[in-house]
Amino acid sequence: MMETVHKIKLTVNDTLREFTAEARMTLADCLREKLDLTGTHLGCEHGVCGACTVIVDGKSIRSCLMFAVQANGSTVTTVEGLAENGILSPLQEAFRDNYALQCGFCTPGMLTTADAFLKENPSPSRSEVESAISGNICRCTGYISIVDAILDAATRLAEKGDK
Amino acid sequence: MKHSYIGEAITRIEDERLLSGKGKYIDDLKLPGMAAMAIFRSPHAHAYINNIDISQALEVKGVLDVFCADHLDALPSIPLRLAPFPGFERYLQKPIAVNKVRYVGEPIAVVVAENRYIAEDALDLLSVEFTALPAITTVDQAISGKNLIHEETGENIATHYTVSRGNSDYAFANAGYTRKERFVTNRHGAVPLETRGLIAEFDPVKPLLRLHGATKVNFFNRRHLSDAFRLKEEEVELIETDVGGGFGARGELYPEEYLVPMASRRVGRPVKWIEDRRENLSAMNHSRDIIVEIEIAATKTGKLLGMRGTVLGDMGAYVRTNGGVVPSKAAQFLPGPYRIEAFSCDVQFLITNKTPVGTYRGPGRFEANFCRERMIDLMAADLDLDPAAVRIENLMTPSELPYRIGELVPGDPDATFDEGDHPGALKRLLEEADYDKWKNRQGEIIDGHAYGLGIACFIESSAAGPPESAVVSVAPNGSIEVKTGASSVGQGTETGLAQICADYLDIDIKRIIVRHGSTTLLPSGGGTFHSRNTVMAGNATRIASETLKQRAIELAALRWNCPTNDLIYINGSVQNTTDVLSLEELAAFAATRHETLSATGTFDNEKKLSYSYGAHAALAAIDLETGVVVIKKYFLTEEIGRALNPALVQGQAVGGVVQGLGGTLLDHMIYDENGQLLTGSFADYLLPTSSNLPEITAITLEESPSKLNPMGFKGAGEGGIVAVAAAVGNAVALALKPYNIAITELPLTPDRLRASLRKTGN
Repeated sequence: MMETVHKIKLTVNDTLREFTAEARMTLADCLREKLDLTGTHLGCEHGVCGACTVIVDGKSIRSCLMFAVQANGSTVTTVEGLAENGILSPLQEAFRDNYALQCGFCTPGMLTTADAFLKENPSPSRSEVESAISGNICRCTGYISIVDAILDAATRLAEKGDK
Repeated sequence: MKHSYIGEAITRIEDERLLSGKGKYIDDLKLPGMAAMAIFRSPHAHAYINNIDISQALEVKGVLDVFCADHLDALPSIPLRLAPFPGFERYLQKPIAVNKVRYVGEPIAVVVAENRYIAEDALDLLSVEFTALPAITTVDQAISGKNLIHEETGENIATHYTVSRGNSDYAFANAGYTRKERFVTNRHGAVPLETRGLIAEFDPVKPLLRLHGATKVNFFNRRHLSDAFRLKEEEVELIETDVGGGFGARGELYPEEYLVPMASRRVGRPVKWIEDRRENLSAMNHSRDIIVEIEIAATKTGKLLGMRGTVLGDMGAYVRTNGGVVPSKAAQFLPGPYRIEAFSCDVQFLITNKTPVGTYRGPGRFEANFCRERMIDLMAADLDLDPAAVRIENLMTPSELPYRIGELVPGDPDATFDEGDHPGALKRLLEEADYDKWKNRQGEIIDGHAYGLGIACFIESSAAGPPESAVVSVAPNGSIEVKTGASSVGQGTETGLAQICADYLDIDIKRIIVRHGSTTLLPSGGGTFHSRNTVMAGNATRIASETLKQRAIELAALRWNCPTNDLIYINGSVQNTTDVLSLEELAAFAATRHETLSATGTFDNEKKLSYSYGAHAALAAIDLETGVVVIKKYFLTEEIGRALNPALVQGQAVGGVVQGLGGTLLDHMIYDENGQLLTGSFADYLLPTSSNLPEITAITLEESPSKLNPMGFKGAGEGGIVAVAAAVGNAVALALKPYNIAITELPLTPDRLRASLRKTGN
């Protein structure tokens, strides 16, 4: 079987992590199994549902479609890295205050997708937000509260930036 | 009372952990020495198994065990939990295929290995020889009985029955208007975003079977698992984790609930099984898949006189725990909230070579509402009447309620619709949706899109099943724990129960921790289904909290050596004219007496159900060139008696609507004529996304509190989904009325609509 083992170095949530993994091991599995960052969820393992989205070098990517070895040397942010010093980020707070989650399984992928998106587009329109999360499946909320939350987060972040 | 949480849209206490990636779903749990399990599933819809060669798989480094039916002793049958009609006992599923497979995805063999990568490698090396048999993929093939799926039964009809009330022959003989139609609701399912998963720890010495990842009906499942593994109930523990969505399908006894413990017992280690998405789409219960032939009788002015029909339910290859719920509820809810004195329905449960069917949010209601509400619109069109006026004329009025609907499910007690104002809920909807404007603009073309506003009414039962219990206890550090037998599948149960407990104990909600579901928490529990948590666990929490207050007063009386009637409970403490004892002080005092400050509450609705009801409206725009249906606006009114947390109720309604739009326009488990599932990935099985979201206005009505529980709750989990196909079907039909297209089959996909438009020369 595929036993080629690679040494991998990643900066994950501001911490340098080194580990070895088989070539075939996905980034998602490494984050979850090797680094114990189980906030990244697997909903389909074929790149459709978006639950496993993490931020690699500033871009939101599907960690189920990337081998860990491909991410070698990258900077990765997972849902665990969004809060600062244990305080929820404005985006996370906006999700809570807009009731933008129910079961919470899609939430890490929604948050990472939205976090990367808002950095690219800090003052999006409603339809731009809808488009940004159109590759993330949520079965509970019907999305509307998630869109509300991301728009609310954009406002909160702008206010925070103004201060 | 200082604290008041019931009725407030407080934010959820679950959210902090779920937002920061600290939720603990089943795949997040790691136990020392844990192995992984993968399942070899049938690639055939119908075949004999001639030989299973496990030798190569066993040789893979890291493989601990491979087993199939041949390696197991007497296999249990998966029991019926609901709607256990006579005849079903012949079609129960075993946890693993014995000699024959009957649907694509049926478990044939299990591999246990050091990790999942290795387990899946080994699956590829299993070699199974089959003799393929003709697949039965339609109810007509099932009825014909030409090929049999369970040969020993001699038929593919699991059971059938007829239910009725009034005299429909008379109604039809004397009707000025009758019409008959055939409606098809598509096979689809819950498809929660988290696939299923379990971890079993089987210690045969103790003995103890601990199963993590359980949810929904843990106490029922424990009873049957203990039977299956010849253990006492207390030797089986079902532990609930965070759950990534249930919608009716998660937490039932599936084959894997037996196979994972078997694997753990065989290898002597904890074993984890996590379903992949392809497995999930072929192994978790499907739902809907109902064909209804329905005929209505009315006067020439549109007064409904009678309804009769046939419900054909495609049950898939076996009858699982949900028994006949889906077809039987479709039949029961066919007449809906209308005054229809004569009703009769023949219900048939048919076995096919497809994944077994179970409940999915609004089981039977979604289907029944689609058929009946389409029929009413067809009648309105035939008789040149306004669809809204016809409904108002025929809806039951407040003075006609409560109304006994009769025994429309064999073996169920007579059901009774409780009080309410159905025409009022519809009228409110019509105002919100600006119906009067749209009723004269149906079919209007704007930018190549035909517009239609469709409406539909519904009634929905809630809070069925066994009693629910809760224990409230105070720790000496002042924290308060609510334990309930009900489960959380992500709907906010922790928040809702904390709101009730905080109100009744008059304390800050932040002090409360809610623990739910696990069988280790308390002696019994009913579980979570049929929109019952707020009604059942909510009232159990209320009773436990009230009892705890009394207990606090008794303890304070002991402490102060005074009669209890000198004392009052207020603001989280017991007081006399001068002194105060807080709950934590009383808990500490109880501890000195080797007691705890805690109380148990049990709520039993004695099988009397509360019915939520309301109406839906959809404004649809159909692209005439592509056949794509876009829902521009969606409205619903839903009477739920009393909203525990209006924001969470809103979330249930909106989430339900969008899920229902999926079931109406997208979600479809498609099988080919060989019984192959063609929609085994999210590239093929389409779900709603954030593209083309409608504007949704969900109005919660609290005008008719339930009289069956003191807090007035009715279930609020399913009203958002149950009438979506009905309202959208009517909207599309009204939009396309000039083209004379039959809207009788779901889902309403672009290819179907385009094909119909082409056929009528467009």
